[in-house]
Amino acid sequence: MTKQDFSIIGQPLPKIDAWAKVVGETKYADDFFLPRMAYGRLLRSPHGHALIKSIDVSRARELPGVYAVITGADLPRVKFGILPVSQDEEALCTEKVRMVGDAVAAVAAVDEETAERACRLIEVGYEPLPTLMSIEAALAHPEIRIHEYGDGPNVHKNVALQFGDVEAAFAASDLVREDVFFYEGNTHLPMEQHAAVAHATPDGKLTLWSSTQTPHYVHRLLPRILDMPAAHIRVVAAPVGGGFGGKLDPFAHEIAACRLSQLTGRPVKIACSREEVFYIHRGRHPVLMWIKTGFTKAGDITGCHLKTWLDGGAYGSYGVASTFYTGVINPVTYKMPVYKFEGARVFTNKPPCGPKRGHGTPQPRFALECQLDKAAEQLGLDPAEMRARILAEPYTKTANHLTVTTIGLGECIDRVVEASGWREKWRGWRSASAGASTAPAGKRRGVGIAASAYMTGAGTAIYWNSMPHSGVVLRADRSGGVTVLCGATDIGQGSDSILAYLPAEVLGIEPKDVHVHPADTSLTPVDLGSYSSRVTLMCGMAAIQAAGRLRGVIAQAVAEKLEVAAESLAFRDRKVGVPDQWERALTFTQAVELAEARHGVLAFAGSYAPPKRAGKYKGGGVGPSPCYSYSACVVELSVDEETGEVELHDVWIAHDIGRALNPLLVEGQVEGSVYMGIGEALMEGQVFRKGLHKQPSMLDYKSPTTLETPDIHTFLVETDDPEGPFGAKEAGQGPLLPVPPAIANAIYHAVGVRCDEVPITPEMILKGLELRRKGKSARVGPEKIPLFKFKEALMVESAFGRPADAVAVRPFQS
Amino acid sequence: MMRLPPFTYLAPRTLHAAATALAEHGADAMPVAGGTDLFPNMKRRQFEPKVLVGLRGIRELTGIRGRGREGMTLGAGTTLSAVAAHPEIVAHYGALATAAGLVSSPQLRNMGTLGGNVCVDTRCNYYNQSHEWRKAIGFCMKKDGDICLVAPGSSRCWAVSSSDTAPVLWSLGARVRLVGASGERVVPLEALYRDDGIQYLTKQPGELVADIVLPPADGWTSAYLKLRRRGSFDFPVLGVAVALRMDGDRVGEARIVLGAVASQPRPAPDAAAALAGERLTPELITRVADLAAGPSKPLDNTDFTHPYRKKMTRVFVARALRALAGLPGGGRAAEEVA
Repeated sequence: MTKQDFSIIGQPLPKIDAWAKVVGETKYADDFFLPRMAYGRLLRSPHGHALIKSIDVSRARELPGVYAVITGADLPRVKFGILPVSQDEEALCTEKVRMVGDAVAAVAAVDEETAERACRLIEVGYEPLPTLMSIEAALAHPEIRIHEYGDGPNVHKNVALQFGDVEAAFAASDLVREDVFFYEGNTHLPMEQHAAVAHATPDGKLTLWSSTQTPHYVHRLLPRILDMPAAHIRVVAAPVGGGFGGKLDPFAHEIAACRLSQLTGRPVKIACSREEVFYIHRGRHPVLMWIKTGFTKAGDITGCHLKTWLDGGAYGSYGVASTFYTGVINPVTYKMPVYKFEGARVFTNKPPCGPKRGHGTPQPRFALECQLDKAAEQLGLDPAEMRARILAEPYTKTANHLTVTTIGLGECIDRVVEASGWREKWRGWRSASAGASTAPAGKRRGVGIAASAYMTGAGTAIYWNSMPHSGVVLRADRSGGVTVLCGATDIGQGSDSILAYLPAEVLGIEPKDVHVHPADTSLTPVDLGSYSSRVTLMCGMAAIQAAGRLRGVIAQAVAEKLEVAAESLAFRDRKVGVPDQWERALTFTQAVELAEARHGVLAFAGSYAPPKRAGKYKGGGVGPSPCYSYSACVVELSVDEETGEVELHDVWIAHDIGRALNPLLVEGQVEGSVYMGIGEALMEGQVFRKGLHKQPSMLDYKSPTTLETPDIHTFLVETDDPEGPFGAKEAGQGPLLPVPPAIANAIYHAVGVRCDEVPITPEMILKGLELRRKGKSARVGPEKIPLFKFKEALMVESAFGRPADAVAVRPFQS
Repeated sequence: MMRLPPFTYLAPRTLHAAATALAEHGADAMPVAGGTDLFPNMKRRQFEPKVLVGLRGIRELTGIRGRGREGMTLGAGTTLSAVAAHPEIVAHYGALATAAGLVSSPQLRNMGTLGGNVCVDTRCNYYNQSHEWRKAIGFCMKKDGDICLVAPGSSRCWAVSSSDTAPVLWSLGARVRLVGASGERVVPLEALYRDDGIQYLTKQPGELVADIVLPPADGWTSAYLKLRRRGSFDFPVLGVAVALRMDGDRVGEARIVLGAVASQPRPAPDAAAALAGERLTPELITRVADLAAGPSKPLDNTDFTHPYRKKMTRVFVARALRALAGLPGGGRAAEEVA
């Protein structure tokens, strides 16, 4: 199909759930009220690291209105975790707590107040242990072990991969730069706080409604944690009020609600407080980075060596994947012939980090893009032109064996350079030598640019299997309506809407004619979950396949009736017929009835699994994706030299979306990503003091408001990728990536201060200006890296530049 | 979810009835007007009053009377939105309109009152936390504990005065009318405060702030600048209120009062004295700003670092003076946010 043939695709339609959300009709998990429902609450540890010596729940049990009190003793003694390699969590800790906020007991009561009172009556005897609150502290104290497993004392994961000879590349370079960066951790801050309702019914079955991004993985883990058959458990993802990666693990409140419901025979709801959401976390890892890159005079990258240290917090979560992600996506953007990556994830006594929008990649992206800016200055190159010159080649492999298909980054850079007036505003490298030192302090303007790439869906599931990553069952009924069943979870990104648009496009009906039933493990085929920007592509491809199969059967029936060839039929405007005899066309409803009479019940499945492209080396499973999205961003801002405050004026961002299935939704995702990137760049920080989260509230954890959000000018670049549904790539994560480095680069352009750390605070900028006044290097950021021995790097030949398949063979294609 | 603790709510219709109810219930009772400060604090168990005396139904607490040239009387129950938008206040007591308009967010200004902001609880990021958090770190002396976590050796509480309007009203020479069960009194606003994070108000527990009385505005101009991380929601972590009466091209009288750097609004009398009789030149402004930063002694218990807040005191005082002098580089309040 060409673009002009589409009737639904490309239209700026409202989301199918927009009205319900706007008028407050949507029922989130905390809006569920079932008859006889009890209210649960978790007792959480006040210690960052302590042995549990005793738990006495007797006084809590005696409190009138309390139905049940449980501890870890009421659950099977098994540890779990989202990744098979990191089974290190307990819903209710039994022997040891590893962070403030670890759950140790749970109560179900007649109301929340009673449950809270009961929690305060539980007496836990703790023996406090020293707490380790930073990467440096965790590595400096191997004698204090947070976990007994891992790649070393307090080292969860230690990876080292080398693709080609980086030292030889550096030796042959005109310029080699080494820089150190730090990216502070931050949290997702979804509007909806996590909540779950569990209902154990008298037939011995169990249903869990939860604000989860991955009902399938929760469904896989619950049987072991609750010691009951998976076939008797149903997990339903309630509409999710914002996920961003924070609702991707199985959580204590979900498990406790299930067990409390089984014990009380009542439905049990546990709704977390905002403070608890800060402890649940699984957000952005704080990452310390050292990056060494070689360049030619013309600005080509000769090779790159990256080291990352991740502060993982108290548990594994997705951390092994996060560790790889700090390294493996960097080579996708620019020509990088050889590459070495070393990464280590360290345990600390803080809430566990995990996947947040961009999972592991915004940190190294910040490092690389800021370093490119510095290199461009040293080489006397325009940083926009330099980037445009060194773009990766479409349909080739990267040094680390990732297959790249279409690349729209060149056009993205052109669009933002053009729209922002980059050439007039940038006007050469000026700030380091001119400006603030002599002129009176004032407000200085600057522009900065950065680019990025992100994956459209992980190429492998988190557990090894050969089954589909996404499945759709599509059923046409005699009303002319079509029902879609799919395990995909709409977390606000619009996957329910995509599941309506795509079948509507294929069948020539309206999105309103499609009824979407998502994310219910008893009802819907598996979709792995809303993570890694996989849903539109994967459930979209499955939906197109299922709709194509239905269309084929309908076409056969209509062809017989009209005595024409099935291939000559068009489906549009809720009719099926031959375009030049459109007056004879049947209504879609008539066509469905004919087809059902001929074929029987009209129910068809579609399945999708990504092409099998994992690099043939250990660790090669993290990074492959059907296709990669690209973004380029120009930021214009002012810096107040007296206060150090940054005011953003405009953000121009262009995103290679492959094809915008609905440009309105894509722009929404891009703008949301920009907003979140601004917060990470300028104010957000999940920081701790005296062992406690410093600001676990929405007032004190500073996240930007609309007043801090500048005008965002979004440009969508379409490359029609052969891997995506009607050519589409991802939009939900990638556009965040270039924003923090573009801001840092613009600050340098404005006042000549290099901030090699985010969030960039006014204090940091003033410190940089002060250094500059003293004639010192106006750089603010980390000064040193830990003494740490990475493991021997796995040597793999660089695959850089090898031609890659245009369209790979996919499983379940026919 | 955090819930309010149980309480009895009384809804008196007159000030006298409210004062009587407060006297009757003693330490168990607290007054509440807009509730924008008290209710969140109650959810976190900073306060657990058994009785709340609601002031919203008391007509005599609302209303703005008078004119700039003869002085004005503002009912303590007037919403911050109404204060910010009142044309006579905007024209003659500009800093007050600015400060009222910078409190929290539009929704909270529609609920929150001027009296509530004048009496707003002092804040500290060791104190404005949930019960569980405070228990985990070890309770502080402002609630449930006996030490100060900001200054562990100190015998007093260092929670921060976080009112936007208080430093402005102080600089404007406002007085407050206090009404208790056994009578009423009018005191200078500055007499309402004391530099203690716990006992930060001098009024008797049974007394209510009924009115804010502003002196005639003749010849006075004023400015207020607020430091906070974001353009909305955030409490001040530094407030600078400057009021000047010009005598021709020289300063006749000046007052500079700093907010959010102590447990009460903190005047800068030496800086103000240095202005008297002088022309507002850039050189003088620099000198005065240095002097004004002297009394600014923030501690590490709010957003931003305390050295930064101290450093910004100088910058903000200079900007406020430049704005009043019509010199370039004067800050507008709305711009003074990151």
